[in-house]
Formats: sequence, structure tokens, C-alpha cells
Amino acid sequence: MLKIRGLRASVGGKEILKGVDMAVNAGEVHAIMGPNGSGKSTLAHVLAGREGYVVTGGEVVYEGKNLLELAPELRAREGVFLAFQYPVEIPGVSNTYFLKASLNEIRKHRGLEELDAVDFLSLVRQKLKIVDIDQDLLNRPVNAGFSGGEKKRNEIFQMAVLEPRLAILDETDSGLDIDALRTIAGGVNKLRSSDKAIMVVTHYQRLLHYIVPDFVHVLLDGRIVKSGGKELALELEEKGYDWVQEEVGAQSR
Amino acid sequence: MSTETDRIEQIATQEYKYGFVTEVDTDVAPPGLNEDVIRMLSAKKNEPEFMLEWRLKAYRHWLTMVEPTWANVHYPAIDYQAIRYYAAPRMKPKGPDSLDEVDKEILRTYEKLGISLEEQKRLTGVAVDAVFDSVSVATTFKDKLAGLGIIFCSFSEAVQQHPELIKKYLGSVVPYSDNFFATLNSAVFSDGSFCYIPKGVRCPMELSTYFRINTADVGQFERTLIVAEEGSYVSYLEGCTAPIRDTNQLHAAVVELVALDDATIKYSTVQNWYPGDKEGRGGIYNFVTKRGKCVGARSKISWTQVETGSAITWKYPGCILQGDDSIGEFYSVAVVNNLQQADTGTKMIHIGKNTRSTIVSKGISAGRGQNSYRGLVKILKKASGARNYSQCDSLLIGDKCGAHTFPYLEVSNSSSQVEHEASTSKISDDQLFYCRQRGIKSEDAVNMIVNGYCKEVFKQLPMEFAVEAQKLLGVSLEGSVG
Ligand SMILES: Nc1ncnc2c1ncn2[C@@H]1O[C@H](COP(=O)(O)OP(=O)(O)O)[C@@H](O)[C@H]1O
Ligand SMILES: [Mg+2]
Repeated sequence: MLKIRGLRASVGGKEILKGVDMAVNAGEVHAIMGPNGSGKSTLAHVLAGREGYVVTGGEVVYEGKNLLELAPELRAREGVFLAFQYPVEIPGVSNTYFLKASLNEIRKHRGLEELDAVDFLSLVRQKLKIVDIDQDLLNRPVNAGFSGGEKKRNEIFQMAVLEPRLAILDETDSGLDIDALRTIAGGVNKLRSSDKAIMVVTHYQRLLHYIVPDFVHVLLDGRIVKSGGKELALELEEKGYDWVQEEVGAQSR
Repeated sequence: MSTETDRIEQIATQEYKYGFVTEVDTDVAPPGLNEDVIRMLSAKKNEPEFMLEWRLKAYRHWLTMVEPTWANVHYPAIDYQAIRYYAAPRMKPKGPDSLDEVDKEILRTYEKLGISLEEQKRLTGVAVDAVFDSVSVATTFKDKLAGLGIIFCSFSEAVQQHPELIKKYLGSVVPYSDNFFATLNSAVFSDGSFCYIPKGVRCPMELSTYFRINTADVGQFERTLIVAEEGSYVSYLEGCTAPIRDTNQLHAAVVELVALDDATIKYSTVQNWYPGDKEGRGGIYNFVTKRGKCVGARSKISWTQVETGSAITWKYPGCILQGDDSIGEFYSVAVVNNLQQADTGTKMIHIGKNTRSTIVSKGISAGRGQNSYRGLVKILKKASGARNYSQCDSLLIGDKCGAHTFPYLEVSNSSSQVEHEASTSKISDDQLFYCRQRGIKSEDAVNMIVNGYCKEVFKQLPMEFAVEAQKLLGVSLEGSVG
């Protein structure tokens, strides 16, 4: 589904990604771990097409297409979804209105009929349960005045409604208490399926107790320095990132 | 770092879609202004003596005045001798009695603008007075309204048919000496609409005037007068467009509203005069004086305006709250894009007891546009228990535009309450990216955010108009982002 080869990218003239390689197949969940500042969000933003992140080398092929060529909205319509680390507030635009517009853009792109208000609401009602989101939040402006946890929940709720093929969750666990973490992880697990892939970007392994990944990659200073199965996350939990750093250092010596 | 912002700077190349010129046989005055021109104008309209006297009085006063410079707008000096003060499509001397007498090209013009003057075809309950250059060319649904005692006709016709009402109310809200532009208007006003709602009558349909400037170098000076007798109600709409020309044209209108006891007047404007091109060439100078007087107790005047056009907008629809318990409202959306400038706001003058006013102003600036809100809330000594609530918000799109707020407050009564809220926000790159990541392209995202921001004002507009205003806003901001 997704092939990243030798991806290099810089922000503000500074190289952040220094050659990232990874492959994600449908049905898989990949965890991308790494200390703060290692470039995890940068990778997520480059995949989503955030302006200002300049790709300086490598390629990204998504479903056989050159992803880097597509405008951000086209990537989204093609099924790439980014759950933001810091979801932005959009005052004056209701959450439901926004989500309906979004869903209909995606449906149009896929040659499906747009949903009218009635069908949309019944879909919303169905999806509400997945993340246990407060119905009041739907009528409020997008993220406006939401607590940190509510914003994260809202991201996963959007994911549930939009049904992306490739979802990238950027630190969706940060700022959540344990109950919220469980519900959200539960929601994400319900959205796992054989034709969809998920990239879970996280600093801590604690989320991975709930969303068990098929693969774990360690991103360090703009490179994936170690990959493995779910047990790698546990090893990291025990030994910390210093351990990988030392190991990598030792190898290159 | 952000290329969203860079793109925001690649300003609109969107063409103004109402910019065509209609080929009609037009009777125009030579450029220039003096007493003879005014006499000629008055004679052409076959006006009674009192009208000519009033015009001349205004003209003589105007000669003693200087153009105001306090507004936060900049433009080269206007040469008042280069303007033509009269242009009218040639018609039978009496003016049109039916649509058959209106030039077909003019009818087609209004069709193109989406306004059908053939009332039988209209399903919507809106009566229209169409003003083409200086003259009212057609008023629809006149007969139906007459059945209720409602007078809705061109100003010129009212001068002929209802001189006693004109004499009584003309200048009663905006005196001929009011300000430079209003005084000029008083001297040379060409036409406009007159509307009278008798006691206790609720006008069953929206009344509407549609202004169209066609001829080059013509100043448009219309005058609208609306009188609502005791306990009556009327909702009035005003729309405006002009052809694209690379010279500036002056539009100096006056609107006077009079509400007697328990009467309500709702006045809505969707102003879409040609704004000039993206380099700031051409466009209308819209210098307008609009004022309503709540003469009677418990009367109410509500202004709603959506200002998207004009090169320069200078207007402050206000309310004089004279009657006890009277209410004034001002809801405004003002958009500037490219090099447009707007200095607009309101004046609420509280005279009567327990008078209340509400001001909601939403400024939107894009491109290199400059938007100023200027509002005066004045509470006189006798106005015990008066209350005002003002909310002035500014929204910036891009970083080459500006928003300015000038609230003035004069309170001479200690039992009154005044509340003022203001905010400035910006459509951020983060917001646009968030929308795009959800499949919504920048332009649609801007529209969505802007419409959300203007909701409070749009909901004051009659349904049909609200939809039009929303579309217009979209067009006005087209090209303001990637
Ligand atoms: N807009 C930016 N301008 C300059 N540097 C940035 C910007 N965004 C991120 N960086 C830098 O890039 C590096 C990686 O950041 P980020 O991808 O957010 O890391 P992570 O998500 O792994 O914590 C950090 O050193 C950060 O300071
Ligand atoms: Mg991050």
C-alpha cells in the first residue's frame, strides 16, 4: 500500500528526515517510535503534504501513485488520513457540518453519491459509539474549546466516519488519561481491517499495549534505525531509547 | 516558511461578473455642476417649486463645505466638475407606465443580473424598484401594494403624486446640510425609491430597490425615503452593481428612514458595486449617508448590510433613537480584497428613555484590503436606562491586509449600560491545512470559515438574500488563497 524509499525532508532549511525507508501493507499496523524531536511528526506531515516541509530526496508510492505529487486534499480523498498531534480550532464552523463536507468530498472523489443530512446523521449516530464521543461536541465548532482529550477523540471519530485506507495517528495518546486511552485505542482497534493500514506514531509505548502493532520502527535523528515485531516496543520500554542509540552507535563504529 | 501564505498573496484574478455595459440610448447632461445644471435637472423632472428651492439651498450650502478627510481611506481628489450629474435612458416624457415602455436592453440587463421585472413570472414575493443610472425604470407589484395603501414608487413619481409626504419627511432625518456628500446629493439627487406604509399595515412582501450604474462618468445620487406609520412593518432590500470601468465613479446616496410609534423597519443591503481591478484601477466610490429615526415609542429600525463591492466604502448607517423604548440594530459584514478600502460602521444616538441598540460588525480583510470599523454610541442625558451592546470582529486572510477599529463612546447618563467586545482573528495556515487534510480545498475552506464567521449577520437577512450574500462572499474572496 505504502512504500517509502530514501525519504529526505527539511523544514526551515534544516534537514529533519535523512533517508527513511519503510513499507506498509494493507491490514498492517505499524508503530513509529522515537524520542522527542526525532522527526516523527515531520514524517507524518510530509506524508500528508503539509506545505513548508520540503522533500529533498527519495520517493513515496501509495497505491501505485506518486504520493508526493498530490495536493494535500487529493491525498486525503485518496484515503490518507492524519490524526493531528495538535488538532486546530475552527471557530464558527460546526463539527458536523465540517465532517459532512469532508466526507462528501471523499465520496465524490470515489464516485459515490454525496450523503444528505439525514443519511449523514444516521451514519454519525452509528459511529458515535466507536469512540464514545459526547454528542454535544458535534454541534460545537470544530475543536473550539475542546479539552485535549476531546480533541483526540474527535480525530478518531472523524477517522471512523471517513474510513481512510491509510491512517496516520500522530501522538494520539498524548494528554489522555488511562480511561480515555482505552476507549480511543478500542475505537482504533474496531477500525482495523484487512484492507486498511494504520501508522501509530508515538513517543511512549503505553498506547501499544492497547493497539498492538504488527511492526515497530524506531526513528532516531531522521532515520529508522531499528525495526522489529511488537516485542521491540517492550524492549524499548525496558531499556529506553538510549539503548538503541548505543546499539546503533556501536554498529557504526 | 509557509507557502500557504505566499499563495494568499497571489491575489484574485476573478473577474467581476456584473461588469457588462448595456447599449441604450441615453440622455446625459454635460459634465459639470452649477445652478443651471440643477435647474435643468429639476425641470427635466418637472418638479414643483419647493423641490427646486430645496436643491438650490443644498447646493449653495455645499459650496461652503469641504470634503471630509477623517475617514481611513485614501483616494485622489475628486473633480466634481468632471462628473455628469444626470443620465437617463431615453423614454417617453412621462416615464414608464408599464414594462412595455421600458427599453428591452434594460430589461435584459436586469435579467442578466438575476432580477426579473416581469412580475407575473416572479414566484418570489419581492417587489422591485429598478434604478438604472439616475432614473427609476420600473416598479413591480405596485398595484397589489396600493390595495393595502402602501406606496412604493420611484422618488420622482412620489414628488409628483405625494408632494405633501415628501415635503413633510424629506430631510427630516438627514438634513440638506448634514455632510459634504449628503448635501451634494440633496442638490443633485436624480431618483431613488419612496416607500410609505400606512398605519397598522404589515407589508406582505419584501420591497426592493436594485441600483445599476451604466453610463460612464456619471455620478449616481439616489435618495431613498421610507416612512412607516404607527404599528406598521416593512422589510426593505437594496442591491447594487455597476459595469467594469477603469475610471472611478462616484455614488453618493442618501437613505432616510422614519419609524413612528410601534413601527418596524428592516433595511438590508447587499452592496456589490464594481470594486476595481486587482491593481486598484477603477471601481465605485461609495460615499453614502444612511440614517433612520425612531421617532415613535417602541419603534425599531434594523440595518443589515453585506458590503462586498466598491473601491472605497464610506458609510455609517445609524439610528436616532428618539422614541422611548425604541430599538436600533446594526448588523454588518464588510469584505475588502485586493486594494479595496472600507471605512464603515454605525452611529447609535440614544435620546429616549430605555432605548436599546445592538451593533454586530464583522470585517473581513484579504489581499491588500484595508477595513475600518468606525462606530459611535452616544447616550444623551435624558436617555435613562439606555443600553448598547457592540461586538466588532475582524478576520484577516493573509498578511498584507489590515483591520482597524475606531469605537467612539459618549455617555452622558449614568443609568445606562454599554458593553463592547472586539476580536481579531486570522485564517491560519494550520486551519487551512487541517481542512485540506480532510479533503476540503483551500478555497472551500476559506468560504466555510468566513460563512461561519458571518453567520450572525446572515441570519438577519431574508432567506433568499442570505444565500445570495453567501455566494457573493465566495466570489469576493475568490483567489484570496491558493
Ligand atoms: N516548523 C519547523 N521549523 C523548524 N524546525 C522544525 C519545525 N517543525 C519541526 N522542526 C524541528 O524538526 C525536528 C523534528 O520535529 P518533529 O518531527 O516534530 O519531531 P517529533 O514529532 O519526533 O517529536 C525538531 O528538531 C524540531 O525542532
Ligand atoms: Mg511529534
